[in-house]
Amino acid sequence: MRRFVIGQAKNLIDQTRQARHKSLRLLSLLAASDSAPVLSSPHLFSSSSDMSGSGSDSSSSSLPVTLDSLNPKVLKCEYAVRGEIVNIAQKLQEDLKINKDAYPFDEIIYCNIGNPQSLGQQPITFFREVLALCSHTALLDESATHGLFSSDSIDRAWKILDQIPGKATGAYSHSQGIKGLRDAIAAGIEARDGFPADPNDIFMTDGASPGVHMMMQLLISSEKDGILCPIPQYPLYSASIALHGGSLVPYYLDEASGWGLEISELKKQLQDARSKGITVRALVVINPGNPTGQVLAEENQREIVDFCKKEGLVLLADEVYQENVYVPDKKFHSFKKVARSMGYGEKDVCLVSFQSISKGYYGECGKRGGYMEITGFTSDVRAQIYKLASVNLCSNISGQILASLVMSPPKPGDDSYDSYIAEKEGILSSLAKRAKTLEEALNKLEGVTCNRAEGAMYLFPCINLPQKAIAAAEAAKTSPDAFYCKRLLNATGIVVVPGSGFRQVPGTWHFRCTILPQEDKIPAIVNRLTEFHKSFMDEFRN
Amino acid sequence: MSLKALDYETLNENVKNCQYAVRGELYLRASELQKEGKKIIFTNVGNPHALGQKPLTFPRQVVALCQAPFLLDNPNVGMIFPADAIARAKHYLSLTSGGLGAYSDSRGLPGVRKEVAEFIQRRDGYPSDPELIFLTDGASKGVMQILNCIIRDQKDGILVPVPQYPLYSATISLLGGTLVPYYLEETDNWGLDVNNLRQSVAQARSQGITVRAMVIINPGNPTGQCLSEANLREILKFCCDERLVLLGDEVYQQNIYQDERPFISSKKVLMDMGEPLSKEVQLISFHTVSKGYWGECGQRGGYFEMTNIPPRTVEEIYKVASIALSPNVSAQIFMGLMVSPPKPGDISYDQFVRESKGILESLRRRARIMTDGFNSCKNVVCNFTEGAMYSFPQIKLPPKAIQAAKQAGKVPDVFYCLKLLEATGISTVPGSGFGQKEGVFHLRTTILPAEEEMPEIMESFKKFNDEFMSQYGDNFGYSRM
Repeated sequence: MRRFVIGQAKNLIDQTRQARHKSLRLLSLLAASDSAPVLSSPHLFSSSSDMSGSGSDSSSSSLPVTLDSLNPKVLKCEYAVRGEIVNIAQKLQEDLKINKDAYPFDEIIYCNIGNPQSLGQQPITFFREVLALCSHTALLDESATHGLFSSDSIDRAWKILDQIPGKATGAYSHSQGIKGLRDAIAAGIEARDGFPADPNDIFMTDGASPGVHMMMQLLISSEKDGILCPIPQYPLYSASIALHGGSLVPYYLDEASGWGLEISELKKQLQDARSKGITVRALVVINPGNPTGQVLAEENQREIVDFCKKEGLVLLADEVYQENVYVPDKKFHSFKKVARSMGYGEKDVCLVSFQSISKGYYGECGKRGGYMEITGFTSDVRAQIYKLASVNLCSNISGQILASLVMSPPKPGDDSYDSYIAEKEGILSSLAKRAKTLEEALNKLEGVTCNRAEGAMYLFPCINLPQKAIAAAEAAKTSPDAFYCKRLLNATGIVVVPGSGFRQVPGTWHFRCTILPQEDKIPAIVNRLTEFHKSFMDEFRN
Repeated sequence: MSLKALDYETLNENVKNCQYAVRGELYLRASELQKEGKKIIFTNVGNPHALGQKPLTFPRQVVALCQAPFLLDNPNVGMIFPADAIARAKHYLSLTSGGLGAYSDSRGLPGVRKEVAEFIQRRDGYPSDPELIFLTDGASKGVMQILNCIIRDQKDGILVPVPQYPLYSATISLLGGTLVPYYLEETDNWGLDVNNLRQSVAQARSQGITVRAMVIINPGNPTGQCLSEANLREILKFCCDERLVLLGDEVYQQNIYQDERPFISSKKVLMDMGEPLSKEVQLISFHTVSKGYWGECGQRGGYFEMTNIPPRTVEEIYKVASIALSPNVSAQIFMGLMVSPPKPGDISYDQFVRESKGILESLRRRARIMTDGFNSCKNVVCNFTEGAMYSFPQIKLPPKAIQAAKQAGKVPDVFYCLKLLEATGISTVPGSGFGQKEGVFHLRTTILPAEEEMPEIMESFKKFNDEFMSQYGDNFGYSRM
């Protein structure tokens, strides 16, 4: 859909050999006073010699920002984690305040979203100590501070502040994030993997999600560009692909084998997409999985790396749950480590690894911190990524600090080490326990099977819905799993997300429930869920 | 198989075409020089704290307490935090559902949005609905979200002032839309002539562009001009007639350095104009914690307020916001504090006023020092910085300089700014990064360096400029009057 004028404009640009200022140089040209006439560019309309100012034209503009004149990509995208069910839940919550007795429950329990601290999980003390000191640096000059803060948090705050020019935590930083913090993250990556990391490969973002958006923006030029995504998937991917006008190429995880990822399935879907004229650009792998929770075996990961190398795909490794592994027979291995241990270096594989401060045992969702480590890209591509990052100037400093703390936490011998470890292990062991308890409870329900949560923060049970229920759902013009979830909400106050929000094998139904409510709430949740399910099945059993 | 995965050639063209000079070539060169040990004065971006401006004490106390709520349980907390900061921290924590570490509502904490609405009401005298206020990770994110909703394809045009803050050109480029420029009149103090607007729109339409929205930056960036009430009325009427949504970038509303044209919000003027306009014109207004006298750029806190946007559109905007889950909560608290600062009688009030006034009065003085300094150079003409944080002098470059620039493969103002950087360490942004008329060159610098350093900086600039002109000038021949 390129207009001919682009060719003209490009010639002009080439002539003047000022490649860096392409569209903005056009901005500086008015009429045809330069060596070549400037016509309208795709990005800038500049005045042409034709000054027919009558203004009347075919497009009678309707009210500018109505639903029919919105960007259709916006209309198309969806994000079920905060979708319809949540809106209903919020209304119920409001109503509960005034109409307590109208409901068979006394509170809404949000199990729809991986938001640990909203359900009572406490932040890691050491991290917050450092953040508080960096927020109000005058504290470091007060003698009373030493009575209120651990000594290593004071030391770390000083160290961090020394890495920030002028100790100005309120200033925009380098667009990739403060260098000293990136150094700490790179060191943390190296300690984790046993392979070096370059701080210049790190781009810090407001959470991992903006990094995903940046990569989609870079990779997708049109709907002919496809991105392979796991089904079920975390709907950031489907939404982001839709927003950028690309095509989601699904590959199905195998529920029967613990949500296994088969290379044969990848190959099949890739060929399929290509035969339809789609250029598949990247492969998204979420490890540990969301909503599915599976942790990939190293051998599997090697196959995936080879697949990407062979097919020329960028590997987008969403590793935000890397600290959430609950089973002794699985371990997290970063894709970077796997690739490097296969002997693959910068020239072999394009890999983007995403990490976040929102999950793990730190659960700092509201701080919006994260990073992507990009390896295997040529410098001109990296320059483009940098440019994209620079338009938003930088990510928030507090989140950057937290990301560096997550990747370089207290070490044995540090003042805070013991309490830090106690907090961390307390949270992780509790998560593992809750995962098991809820998994067992779900598996006891009639017609429900639930794979174990090997990692992440969710359970994704499969419900074998009776035909009567499916019919009732159709009559209510809602998908069967949404029908079930709404009924669940209205009966118990528990908010979960229908499986259709994550996509699933057609004809199967799931819902995603977090394992995050505090331990003392779990029995009540199990009871209510069990009771509800029984009465639902009593109503709809074939 | 070599790396075909992400070759430069296969990148999204929109990404390749977008430019953002504020952190472009000059900044990168300055960073290189800094690494080599040269002293650099970064005046490329409105980043007050990076140039020595101290954060306001009260908000930092409140947020520190919110970061570490366990402090509130400590009996000694009153020894190092004033009582009103403690109370305010408790207040904001109570508005969250789990403290700073939990995702908030995707639109921002309802309690903070309510405070923003109350602020807007106090400022303008008209009610504001918290449901139509969305908090964002900086105003830039909000601008991108809104433009993303508006721009469907290449045929959608957005009216943008020239010179403009290149967030707009970069975003329009990324989204594949068309930038429709309207030129501000340098000789008329960067005034906005509605006739220029009409002309721009007419020409765009004659080329098949559907003009969808108009951006105003008030006070202006890089130009600093404050729009008069009459001007705003004209603009609103224009938007009504042409059915454009008005995007009012008002992030510098606290930075006003003259008294003839105080800040009036677009919303206020719109409401003052009464019906039918007040019910018809679609307006989205942007604000931030990054500028003003707060300068908390690194927090990434902002909001936009929607006026006369249909409910279903608001829902779609909410949907897109929800994909990003939530804006960062610390910045939301900064926003709350900004819109409801300490009041007379509060323990921290005096200190707060002293700090704020100190900053604003100094900015006013620095605006004057810089303008005068530039104007004292023969080949430089500089409009007074009425508001915002920048100075945008016009540098009249002699033909020899332009020749030399061409030979070096650089746009003339880039050439000048690079030389300025290498000679003095002053890192500016060339005017071509913001757009300017053909053959007219500017640079943008900020008025943010410390007041005591200003005279030396201006001296340094003058010395460089004189040397540059003696090298390239012939009796100060001007490139353009």
